[in-house]
Amino acid sequence: MSARLRYGAIAVALALLVTLPLWVGNSYYINIASQILLFAVFALALNVLVGYGGLVSLGHAGLFAVAGYSSALLLQAGFDHLVADSAAILITLAASAVFAALALRSTGIGFLMITLALGQIVWGVAYRWASLTNGDNGVPVSTRPAPFGISLASAPSFYFATLLIFLLALLSMAVFVRSPFGASVRGTRDQARRMTALGYNVWLIRFVAIVFSGFWTGVSGLLFIYYNQFVSPQVAQLTSSAEVLLMVISGGTATLFGPIVGAAIVVIMKNVVSAYIERWNLVLGVIFVVIISFMPEGLVPGSVRLARWLWQATRFGAPAARPSGEIKP
Amino acid sequence: MTALAVSNLCKHFGGLRVTTNVNLTVEPGERRLIIGPNGAGKTTLFNLITGEIAPDSGSIRLFDRDITWISSHRRPHLGMARTYQIITLFANDTILRNVTLALLGLSPLRWSPFKDIEQQHAVIERARAALARVGLGHIADRPLSQTSYGERRRVEIAMALAQEPKVLLLDEPFAGLSIDERRDVRQLLNTIPREVTVVMIEHNMDVALDWAERITLLHFGEVIVEGTRAEVVANPRTREVYLGH
Repeated sequence: MSARLRYGAIAVALALLVTLPLWVGNSYYINIASQILLFAVFALALNVLVGYGGLVSLGHAGLFAVAGYSSALLLQAGFDHLVADSAAILITLAASAVFAALALRSTGIGFLMITLALGQIVWGVAYRWASLTNGDNGVPVSTRPAPFGISLASAPSFYFATLLIFLLALLSMAVFVRSPFGASVRGTRDQARRMTALGYNVWLIRFVAIVFSGFWTGVSGLLFIYYNQFVSPQVAQLTSSAEVLLMVISGGTATLFGPIVGAAIVVIMKNVVSAYIERWNLVLGVIFVVIISFMPEGLVPGSVRLARWLWQATRFGAPAARPSGEIKP
Repeated sequence: MTALAVSNLCKHFGGLRVTTNVNLTVEPGERRLIIGPNGAGKTTLFNLITGEIAPDSGSIRLFDRDITWISSHRRPHLGMARTYQIITLFANDTILRNVTLALLGLSPLRWSPFKDIEQQHAVIERARAALARVGLGHIADRPLSQTSYGERRRVEIAMALAQEPKVLLLDEPFAGLSIDERRDVRQLLNTIPREVTVVMIEHNMDVALDWAERITLLHFGEVIVEGTRAEVVANPRTREVYLGH
């Protein structure tokens, strides 16, 4: 795909996103757009590990919840938003570092199992340590922050704040992917042994990648509690970790836009389709099976492959060889 | 001063003694060949020297500095580079990116999260120069997946040479190559500057015999014979364990 087409598509998407509250109008749908964007930030964060680092985590909902609970509890204790949110991010970074130190004793299935266990510990604390976390009743978040005096109480204003943070997250991912450090992370995914022999500290590279991923996970966790104005142990459940992992895999791992598309699919299924079809989980499952069957690399790279193939087939009148392999992120 | 000194190195996997009291002294600039039949422990010795696995006992010195317990990823920074017998490259990237990664490995740039890797012209030019040296300059931008086995062997060597090591460890650089490709790699080895100490593992003794200055023969993890080319070839034990009866 030519660079012009690519930049054109990005410009159109950006224009649509910025004007979304105008043409959607209904605040219910604006809220759904906010949800998509905040989960996209979460999925982008996880993609750093799953896509670029080759480390599949099933404990990211734990980090998401650590950020949410830290902020909610500090707000409840009377701290203002800036203090509570900054502290929540720092606590999430520390939690990510602990996750990393423990889970990086292994890779592959071992890594997955350790992150799963760590996520379950967070869930256990949220659910059972009632004197701290209020247990099953959760913690209410009474107000949204008002940065520079701008209230985020309405659906459009919260949407714009979420959009801004989403774009920052996307930008940071684009910069990360092109950077030498991004290349180092991908190198540890593809040939960890060789990376060591070339002088790279594989453990430390992975550690930094997890903390980077933890940062954006924490940011999305904060967006989530401000969106719902409530946090409960449900956030830390294993299904939450699995859901965000599905977003990444269905959209396309190791791509910039895959996790965003994946987030859109899951959020729309959960909120819109569930209103019409009671067994929406079944529909979601079928969609995933279809994606994995026909586009095992994910929706975004799969569509690019299909479009390229169709374009070549129609242009030359004969079926072209199917391009395969990793597409440029 | 010796370039590489291995003393009393031991390693066993369970009951299997793969390295038994190995002593090895390589002088700066020397061309050393390590030969031995399958399972002699040649690659294990390299893995011990590069720190990929830890020895049970013994020590490894690089230019009189004890590196036995220095972590594996620090050793390239001290001037040690290796190639792999089983090709170990970045299959999703171009040849150029493979060599660029080799150069970044020794540069603080590798930690940079903000710079654009495509804009690191100095590094990329050095990578191109390294590829030109091994005769791959014209296909530098080709994806690795579209290269031949022989070309990949040379990428392996280019990555190690690009790091300008003081001690270069080559693990069977001729493995799987055709006669023509062997000749090319052989010529390539002749272009390695004399300051570089080269230790090569080779299963097939004939391939690199005239290249080596000194030869070490390993058998069941032990050094059986060591000496100049003539001494080793003439030694009856070499004939016994290696050249066939």
